[in-house]
Amino acid sequence: MTDTRYDRAPGDRPILPGMEEEASSGLIIYTIGLVLAVVLTATSFWVANTSLLWPPGVPLGLVVLAIAQMGVHLVFFLHITSGPDNTNNVLALAFGVLIVLLVVVGSLWIMFNLNDNMVPPPELMNLHMQH
Amino acid sequence: MNIAVAIDDVRKDALPSASEAGPAPKRIVVAYGFWIFLLSDIVMFSALFAAYAVLVRATAGGPTGAELFNQASVAIETACLLASSFTCGLMSLAVGSRRRTTTYVFAAVTFVLGVVFLTLEIREFAGMIAIGATPQRSAFLSAFFTLVGCHGLHVTAGLIWLAVMMAQVEIKGFHPTVERRLLCFALFWHALDIIWVWLFTVVYLMGVRP
Repeated sequence: MTDTRYDRAPGDRPILPGMEEEASSGLIIYTIGLVLAVVLTATSFWVANTSLLWPPGVPLGLVVLAIAQMGVHLVFFLHITSGPDNTNNVLALAFGVLIVLLVVVGSLWIMFNLNDNMVPPPELMNLHMQH
Repeated sequence: MNIAVAIDDVRKDALPSASEAGPAPKRIVVAYGFWIFLLSDIVMFSALFAAYAVLVRATAGGPTGAELFNQASVAIETACLLASSFTCGLMSLAVGSRRRTTTYVFAAVTFVLGVVFLTLEIREFAGMIAIGATPQRSAFLSAFFTLVGCHGLHVTAGLIWLAVMMAQVEIKGFHPTVERRLLCFALFWHALDIIWVWLFTVVYLMGVRP
């Protein structure tokens, strides 16, 4: 019975041997997560306010930092790992990420294309007619 | 016959896989269902994010994000939410090892940090409305109040949920049902923090840039 492998719930901590050991290893995991998240957040605020970096690259840098911090939260706080007992949770997450990307990237792509192809306002049309 | 024996030998080494172990325990099923709800909630937020990103330049001559947002207040809000996510994790550990007082202490810290976050956000909204930057002013402000307000509503719901859970721990003790609900609450609270990461990146940090 004890050597049967069960699925793991999202939010479950990875190691579950004894109560004492569980608490201390869990504390270490949450603390590592907190430290990484604080470092990434501080970097984000620094990147947004510094003038040392190439300005057009800053938004991309901020997105990369946010993705990294999302990864830290998923692994250290929500305990989503790539272990065999976590397959269902990871698959659901992958599907969610797919839908989120479709919605966000699709909306931005279509709307910016529409803006580019928009008929110019009447004043502009008149300018063309004037000469 | 020989083949059957060989297969038996192989099977003895490998642990039975999850699907062969019979139905999963209830807490696994409950947490998985709640995880799917959270993902659908995140999909809803992605639609609000997409609307905000499309409308961010549509200020209709009104105030822009660079004029309205105060980075110091956002930094404090971020710190509060991150710290409350951490104390929520510590609360889960205390629940796991059945320490009631520790659970109450960390739940209280989580609650207070959540309240500080909400207070700062409401003060920010009130300040914006006072100078005429209401949701009716421009498409940008409508999208802003919808997106950030929706996250604020989720935090409010989380705070009410946390208070109810502490009452249940007080009355019922660490009953398996209560434990499953606490697991779901921890998932909810951590997921809200992930959404806030994107909020402060997309709305506040990218918004203050010219």
